[in-house]
Amino acid sequence: MPRAASHTAGWLVLAALLIALPHALSFSQQEVLVFLTINVLLVASYRLLTLTGEWSLGHVVIMGVGAYASALYSKQLGIYVPVSMILGALTAVLVAMVLSYPLFRMKGFYFLIGSFAAGEIIRLLWKRFRDPFGGPKGIKKIDPMPDFDIGIYSFDFFEPVSYYYFALAVVALSLWVMWRIERSPVGLTFHAVHWQDKLAQSAGVDVRAYRTRAFLIASGFAGLSGALLAHYIGTINPNSFDVELMVFVLTWAIVGGTATFYGPILGCVVLSILNEVVLRELGFEQMRPFIYGLLLICSVLFMPKGLESVVQYFMRRRPGNAVAKAQRTGGPAQYEAERGTET
Amino acid sequence: MSGHFLQIDKLVMRFGGLTAVDDLSFVVEEGAIHGLIGPNGAGKTTTFNMISGFYRPTGGTVRLRGEPISGLPMHEVARRGVVRTFQHSTLFAELTVLENALVGTHMNFRPGIVSAILGLDAENRRGARDRAEEALEFFGLLEFAGELAGELPHGHQRALGMAVAMAAQPDVILLDEPFTGMNPEETRQMMELMFKLRDSGVTILLVEHDMHAIMGLCDRITVMSFGRFLAEGGPQEIRTHPDVIEAYLGGGRHVA
Repeated sequence: MPRAASHTAGWLVLAALLIALPHALSFSQQEVLVFLTINVLLVASYRLLTLTGEWSLGHVVIMGVGAYASALYSKQLGIYVPVSMILGALTAVLVAMVLSYPLFRMKGFYFLIGSFAAGEIIRLLWKRFRDPFGGPKGIKKIDPMPDFDIGIYSFDFFEPVSYYYFALAVVALSLWVMWRIERSPVGLTFHAVHWQDKLAQSAGVDVRAYRTRAFLIASGFAGLSGALLAHYIGTINPNSFDVELMVFVLTWAIVGGTATFYGPILGCVVLSILNEVVLRELGFEQMRPFIYGLLLICSVLFMPKGLESVVQYFMRRRPGNAVAKAQRTGGPAQYEAERGTET
Repeated sequence: MSGHFLQIDKLVMRFGGLTAVDDLSFVVEEGAIHGLIGPNGAGKTTTFNMISGFYRPTGGTVRLRGEPISGLPMHEVARRGVVRTFQHSTLFAELTVLENALVGTHMNFRPGIVSAILGLDAENRRGARDRAEEALEFFGLLEFAGELAGELPHGHQRALGMAVAMAAQPDVILLDEPFTGMNPEETRQMMELMFKLRDSGVTILLVEHDMHAIMGLCDRITVMSFGRFLAEGGPQEIRTHPDVIEAYLGGGRHVA
């Protein structure tokens, strides 16, 4: 099928671009690129959570749980770093599971506030208990990723480029998993829970179980992004995961739009480039919150469907139409249909 | 315990000091189209909500084939074979028609996350898709499968709501005012669909205001007034029942 071939070619070109990208950048830009890669995973996991209609304000704290857990496992227990990252992600899932019991008694605004409160409690625990969390100063000298060699490329994690490739691989795999989930019947059920939870329930869907599931999966990937961050910067503290970062995640998701898989990623990439290229280069760094706030307001007013709507406009296809097209050509069902693959 | 199919036994629902439904008992026979009517505020929808698990009754039980289903959450009631539609929010407007029906297949083709990631659920997906298409075909909606449900005409939207319920393969479908806002032609088509649904072996319990539809459709009718049982019988009996006529306040013109 030429269509499939062109898709494969598109992915290969994208992969080549992403691999070549760091060599066109300066050292500090390479560092920013690593953060951007990690943030893409964070915001994509946030979108998975919003699929069921609940918006959390505790997501970056969950990311922090992954970061703290992975840092402590490797530092205190001497666990091999890549393994500790996975354990960190699982710890985030575990903490999310505990939180889900009180949180999913709430919906909408109450959930939003409840998640914020839960996140603040976790941050206060980090501050209060110097052992093992290091108090307000956090954890320092976190073990870096051990260098390794895969034959064609030898990873030297003192170099941001190496860490970028490592993070890129982890993030790409994670995105693929989330993409598979969203396009599966499970993803359809998430959407159903979002739009009409009562109706979904009358079709036998355990609404709370599905909300919890989305929350746990999203938390796992957020925890993984936190672990990636911790072993890169080597030091974390409670303020690394404060509400300011949460506001950035929200801004990326809202400016990008959450109707498609690529929307939040687009928001994150575009705003980060804007931040680096425009603000830092021109010396407007101090005005970042101001400009982000302005952008958020403008995008809500003038582009309520986010950057993704601009992409869709040029692609000339809405999500519904893509499905309709797949139908007419006897293609597969929605969750197998071509939809937003043009990331 | 009796051999009745769906038995509503001494149901009571109180909201604070207000008793919305008081000691209501009736029986729905298997394969029947059973109507639940009454003047506004008689407690019909409340009764519906208790049967479907949307409310937990203050007292009394609902039994399906002798097994109590009252007090269970709605998805558990659905899994036992009683699926409802809603007066409003009848479908997922943002999803396509096919996706709507696919949500209905949830119970019979339980999706799994791990198998979805690894792509091991192809057979399950195909089964769900076949079932969904079957339900759409039944209601003549298959040609709209790829369209957004919210963009369908009203009559088709109502039919889709029933298709979603039918895709779940229930034993009993509870229809909450399915004829609301329909013109006579749409009402006539809907009635035909309901007969067809009944003939496929599904028991139907419906709440409705449209007397013409009720009288033409139902095998048996239960009348409620002020939360209580008032009368029960075939359409002919109910039409001429003095208590019913009085309950509708000289509403002979509504009833007859």
